[in-house]
Amino acid sequence: MKRYSFVSLLVVLILLAVWEAACRGLQVPDFILPAPSRIIKVAVFQAATLLPHAGTTALEVLIGILISLMVAVPLSIAMFSHPSVENALAPFLVASQAVPVFAIAPLLVVWLGYGIASKVLMAAVIIFFPITVNLLEGFKSCDLEYRILFQLMGAGFWKTLRLLYWPWALPQFFAGLKVGVSVATIGAVIGEWVGAQQGLGYLMIQANARLNVDMVFAAILWLSAMGLSLWVFVGFLERKVINWR
Amino acid sequence: MLNVSRLSKRFGELSIFENFNLMLPQNGFTVLIGPSGCGKSTLFNVLTGVVARDGGEIAWRGRSVSHLREISAYMQQKDLLLPWFSLMDNALLPARVAGADMAQSGAKAVALFKRLGLAGFESYLPGAISGGMKQRCALVRTLMFERDMVLLDEPLSALDAITRRSLQALLLMLQVEFEKSILMITHDIEEALRLADEILVLSGRPMRVLDRFTLNGPKLRRLDDPELIEIKEYVLNLLLYTASK
Repeated sequence: MKRYSFVSLLVVLILLAVWEAACRGLQVPDFILPAPSRIIKVAVFQAATLLPHAGTTALEVLIGILISLMVAVPLSIAMFSHPSVENALAPFLVASQAVPVFAIAPLLVVWLGYGIASKVLMAAVIIFFPITVNLLEGFKSCDLEYRILFQLMGAGFWKTLRLLYWPWALPQFFAGLKVGVSVATIGAVIGEWVGAQQGLGYLMIQANARLNVDMVFAAILWLSAMGLSLWVFVGFLERKVINWR
Repeated sequence: MLNVSRLSKRFGELSIFENFNLMLPQNGFTVLIGPSGCGKSTLFNVLTGVVARDGGEIAWRGRSVSHLREISAYMQQKDLLLPWFSLMDNALLPARVAGADMAQSGAKAVALFKRLGLAGFESYLPGAISGGMKQRCALVRTLMFERDMVLLDEPLSALDAITRRSLQALLLMLQVEFEKSILMITHDIEEALRLADEILVLSGRPMRVLDRFTLNGPKLRRLDDPELIEIKEYVLNLLLYTASK
């Protein structure tokens, strides 16, 4: 195990131990703050309850990632190839992030209903921005000397994009994707809080209303695991694709 | 044969060169030597059409051309190998961009790899080989351009003395074996004396030809020839004088 991984694990274990000791020592009731052992017990033994909700949230997040990729990649290319497109769209892109997702969540539920569509869109809105911005900056960071080389070879834009700009921007693209997938669950869960019939966010609201705080924490644990898994998967993909570093 | 007459380039108020004249005989090896920042690389950028000229004429074999992009290959100080492609894929890049017959180009590249001592390294990534090997691969790529003229912008300046000496022989091979007309920029007077048929000593901005030397005799030249020692001292003094002005 790498040294930093060991240190991270140690810090987490110490924090959990302090939390556990505080709950037991101060006899904090489960409906206020359950001990970590209680949360893990719920997360494991009530997996049958959590699993369908996690499946829904995961589906929303995955479709959200796909949609954001389908929007972000062509948008970045359009903005890179035509600076006028970037100038025209930049204010809207920034505005889309300046408005809190909490503000638009009720509207999306009204427009798209209680199904997964509104949550997918919420997730996509959150994810597409870091991917778009990182990919665009990746394209722009390509060294002038390489651009000149391709110019001298007589390569057109699309050939240069395929052979030079795209591989050049891949590290930034993956950096953006990592940020995106880490926060993707936020969009989906907010959407589920506002109005849903299934999903971990929905389960949290239901459990909270019944003072099942241990279930709320168990749902949070599952959400964290989901985010972490996506992050690890993107990291794995990054190492496979960018094999020259 | 290349004939450049009354070539001018300005960046705003800054005149890089004005009424600059240059003649390169077919299959000749002409070296440009001058102080840093005098405009040598800008001259290459103007010749290749990367930067627009303000005035003057470029003629190739008696025919006026707007630039030398379709006529010359350009090799720079940096190897500019794409780190995500193998050495072979890097060498084949000009053929791939031009949409040439890849089987034929592949056979040519294999022969060049063998000729330049890169056989067995075709599938290596640039990150896994030495600077000298990278520059040899860049030389293969330059030859794959299938152009009559080669522009070399300090192609060996980033290499150590021993690698440099071995690659000088390969640069000479461009002229002798592949019958290219070569125009090279260097800061190294000894390199110029070993390789050139003609040396042009350039001034600082606005760049002009201060002096020119026609050299004879078999190459690579030995530098213990009294005439070459005299030229070397004269050129160094001229450059020192120019730099101090």
